[in-house]
Amino acid sequence: MQKTFWGYRRENGRVGVRNHVIVLPVDDLANAACEAVAHNIKGALAIPHPYGRLQFGADLDLHFRTLIGTGSNPNVAAVVVIGIEDQWTQKVVDGIKATGKPVAGFGIELHGDHDTIMRASKAAREFVQWASERQRVECELKDLWVSTKCGESDTTSGCGANPTVGDAFDKLYAEGCTLVFGETTELTGGEQIVAARCRNDQVRAQFMAMFDRYQQVIDRHKTSDLSDSQPTKGNIAGGLTTIEEKALGNIQKIGKKCIVDGVIDKAEVPTGPGLWFMDSSSAAAEMVTLCAASGYVVHFFPTGQGNVIGNPILPVIKICANPRTVRTMSEHIDVDTSGLLQREITMSEAGDKLLAMMFRTVAGRLTAAEALGHREFVLTRLYESA
Amino acid sequence: MIHCVLHDPGDSVAVVVVEGVTAGTTLTGLILDEDRTITLPCVQDIPLGHKVALKDMAPGDTVVKYGVDIGKVVARIARGQHAHVHNIKTKRW
Repeated sequence: MQKTFWGYRRENGRVGVRNHVIVLPVDDLANAACEAVAHNIKGALAIPHPYGRLQFGADLDLHFRTLIGTGSNPNVAAVVVIGIEDQWTQKVVDGIKATGKPVAGFGIELHGDHDTIMRASKAAREFVQWASERQRVECELKDLWVSTKCGESDTTSGCGANPTVGDAFDKLYAEGCTLVFGETTELTGGEQIVAARCRNDQVRAQFMAMFDRYQQVIDRHKTSDLSDSQPTKGNIAGGLTTIEEKALGNIQKIGKKCIVDGVIDKAEVPTGPGLWFMDSSSAAAEMVTLCAASGYVVHFFPTGQGNVIGNPILPVIKICANPRTVRTMSEHIDVDTSGLLQREITMSEAGDKLLAMMFRTVAGRLTAAEALGHREFVLTRLYESA
Repeated sequence: MIHCVLHDPGDSVAVVVVEGVTAGTTLTGLILDEDRTITLPCVQDIPLGHKVALKDMAPGDTVVKYGVDIGKVVARIARGQHAHVHNIKTKRW
């Protein structure tokens, strides 16, 4: 395996594999202005979303953490932030500014959309031209942060696509990369397997506390055994029968050798290399958005029935071992490992095939999701607005 | 051709990995953890991705896959039959 890659080393030392200039709304009201700026300035990318008003407490903290984390991600060269009010806009600007990257904020009140769009477009134009001159430099493999989350899983995920990610994760872990997995409720039935893989009793206790808390959320709100939601209808159509079966397939993504070195809350930034568990939803776009906000720069997304998700700033590599999905949805699949199920390739060869695609993606190849324009950006909410 | 795969030799179900598996087919099953094959009869049509029972099971029995408990039997299943939501349920939630 190659030991280096070419990436964009940012002001804070982190390394990105994309060079986006984003136009980030603080709230739903700023979406129109952000999209207008991105329309005016070629190469500027608006990331609209529906939230940011009257949130409070932990839910508001998560909102800010996700926006600041997205802007801080090393796949982003520079950021224009627009919000309805100055104060929360400035809070996001200040959070991103800590990375040292160029960032400018604009409040709409007392200006209106026209004046805001004009001023923000000027900033975006400067940022895009500045970013276009950033050069890739050779970086050590350990500087690469890789996340994983699967979606529209079926039984081929557990025996093909997910263990392919697991094999690649084992190899990247040995190189000192920073890795993450999550999907708290999708470990149900396999939580003891994850617990046994934790670095020490402290990490194990933290993991189990997160797992138990999420089970209580399910118990508090459920109106059935969740057989309509988890597994999903797509999972069941694909042959998955119970949450336990889905979870055991899911866990294949952390390989056989990786140790769970620590846990993080949603959109928190890991403090060192190794494999991290993030307490998160199992909904694809929510989880991938959180991975981007935590600072991950490339994502492994195994699918069975064919989830089409992407992300605005995080390249999402799709891996599939279901021969029918590979045939019927080929434009969405980056890595076909269906040969595993016919004993045509070994697990190690499948992992190497994924790593080869990872290096191509890191070097600039657009993923299927990027080429198709999939930019799902979905913020996790914890409870009602005030 | 591999018709179905299982993870652990003690599993009670295997996953069909090709299209067009019909009743009467003799299935070749690959045990992933041991890289060896077994054969078993198939007595129902089973879609790609769905499970075939490797043994007879009665209501209340535990279904094993990956060598681990994945749920309980709620309707009798015979070896070679389709095993899914109509005869297996979660033990959680």
